[in-house]
Amino acid sequence: MRRLVSADALRVLVPAMSLAVLLGAVFYLQPRTMSYTGLNLLFNLAVPIALATLAQMLIMAVNDLDLSMGAFVSFAACVTATFLQSAPLLGLLILAAAVAVYAGLGVIIHLRNLPAIVVTLGMSFVWSGLAVLILPSPGGAAPEWIRAIMTVRPPFAPMAIVASVLIAVIAHLIVMRSSLGVVLRGVGGNRRSVERAGWSVVRVRAMTYALAAVFAILAGISLVGLTTAADANIAMRYTLLSIAGVILGGGEFVGGRVSPIGAVIGALTLTLAASFLSFLRISPDWQIGAQGAILILVLAIRLVLNRRENKEKRA
Amino acid sequence: MKFTQMLLASAAIAAAAIPTATFAQTEDARIALSNNYAGNSWRQAMLTSWETVTAPAVDEGIVAAADAFTTAENQATEQAAQIQNLILQGYDAIVVNAASPTALNGAVREACDAGVTVVSFDGVVTEPCAWRIAVDFQQMGRDQVAYLAQRLPDGGNLLEIRGLAGVFVDDEIHAGITAGVEANSQFDVVGSVNGDWAQDVAQRAVAGLLPSLPEIDGVVTQGGDGYGAAQAIEAAGRDIPIIIMGNRQDEMAWWRDQRDANGYETISLSIAPGVSTLAFWVAQQILAGEEVPQDLVVPFLTVTQDTLDEALETTPEGGVANVEYSLEDAQAVIAAAQ
Repeated sequence: MRRLVSADALRVLVPAMSLAVLLGAVFYLQPRTMSYTGLNLLFNLAVPIALATLAQMLIMAVNDLDLSMGAFVSFAACVTATFLQSAPLLGLLILAAAVAVYAGLGVIIHLRNLPAIVVTLGMSFVWSGLAVLILPSPGGAAPEWIRAIMTVRPPFAPMAIVASVLIAVIAHLIVMRSSLGVVLRGVGGNRRSVERAGWSVVRVRAMTYALAAVFAILAGISLVGLTTAADANIAMRYTLLSIAGVILGGGEFVGGRVSPIGAVIGALTLTLAASFLSFLRISPDWQIGAQGAILILVLAIRLVLNRRENKEKRA
Repeated sequence: MKFTQMLLASAAIAAAAIPTATFAQTEDARIALSNNYAGNSWRQAMLTSWETVTAPAVDEGIVAAADAFTTAENQATEQAAQIQNLILQGYDAIVVNAASPTALNGAVREACDAGVTVVSFDGVVTEPCAWRIAVDFQQMGRDQVAYLAQRLPDGGNLLEIRGLAGVFVDDEIHAGITAGVEANSQFDVVGSVNGDWAQDVAQRAVAGLLPSLPEIDGVVTQGGDGYGAAQAIEAAGRDIPIIIMGNRQDEMAWWRDQRDANGYETISLSIAPGVSTLAFWVAQQILAGEEVPQDLVVPFLTVTQDTLDEALETTPEGGVANVEYSLEDAQAVIAAAQ
């Protein structure tokens, strides 16, 4: 029995190494980024992406996929820039109702045995519609407190880094250490056995969806804190970014195999990859392709390592 | 070597932060264009104009660099990240065509705080520290109805083709058209579709709506959708109403063919893509220390029956009628606003 690194550690190690390599490359290309302000500018827009990625990761932990993530974060951003700013109580009420709707979705998907992809795709139009209703033309204003949080300048490390670490630690405690976390990953891994052990899978799923909604709402709020105003289409790209972030961070589509720390690192890596390509001055026509190439490269490395690990296990 | 580079970079940042009382020259200044979208003929012409005007300016040493950056996905969050990257790359001014008037405000604020001049045009930003070169899109809507009122004194039924839902330009032109129709009560808007400023989308949308519509006397548009509307109406075998065009080459070519065949008359108006070059010169003027008001207005480009042939001659196939601006034009626009 000789194992250098555990499977879980490896799950985080590969994304962390990719992030480190990319960061080194960015520092080399643009030394200006190697400062307090530089790091903040490089990473502050990764904070909402990290939160959305964690929300997506929770959904993926129970073997589902949320295609309404971008629309829902946009909706949350619109609520933040309007109701939460002018009538905080009503704003909180709307957001709480949104969480309840998410929990309800979890229940419906479970009870009717519906494919989550279809349900969430349908819901994405609902959230988009609501966002346009709330904010027909771009505007609104960020509540003072969230603007203050997102522009705070803590000592030693910039806000973007402190926030990312904090978010990763909290998510890790919830998903990897709490009993709810264990059960929800169990539902993804082996639903039957969780059921036989006496847990209500419906309840776990509802709570997972509700928790995901909470993270997605936090993503919307923090995004408005950065942009100062909202727009009904503000976070549309978060749907695919969040899925890519989870996979890049060591998560898998099925089996309840997810890693919260990895997901945050995945989100940071995606953001950094875009900056890296921009510093390289790659033409925009090639940028999406190049971003895809980076993704495939990281996944290929992970696959090779996984295979080697499996071999060692068998040996 | 790397260390000296870093020293130089930090010295440059420090120098940029010190306000100089003397009249600053711009030969060392670097200007970046942050563009959110390049997927239609208008934007392609905009980027080409930028290239044609800035390349000689760089060669003559008026500025040190004028690089264009386009985001891949036309998303506000992506453009915000792009602007933050441009700050890190040490540009002195960023010229922005924004994906959203509000969602970039945070990044624009960061740029201003870092001492970078931000000039927005076409898709302008609302952040007060930035400059805005705006088109009066509402006027564009009102002018369309005013032209129709002059052609059709008895009024009639109008079909409105709108742009991309939720985008500021669409709301503005629509507001202008609505105001125009209110002022000219002989007109009724009997139908409205989203053409997304694209011929194919407009054609599909109009074809889908036509069967449910009464006789149409006029079509008010937003540019990029007139030709598609004409195709759909022709295919349905209806009489061609007066379709307001949007300066696209295919629209103007269709108009010319119709004019030659049966004396068809209309008008065409849109913002010239060369407005990017106006923004470039305005940024240069600000860097040179000139007093420039934060809000500037650029006139839109109108093609009439008389100027149609001339406009078609200078517009490339698949392109948009265009004008490029010179330093003198920019100075005139600035003087007009003061």
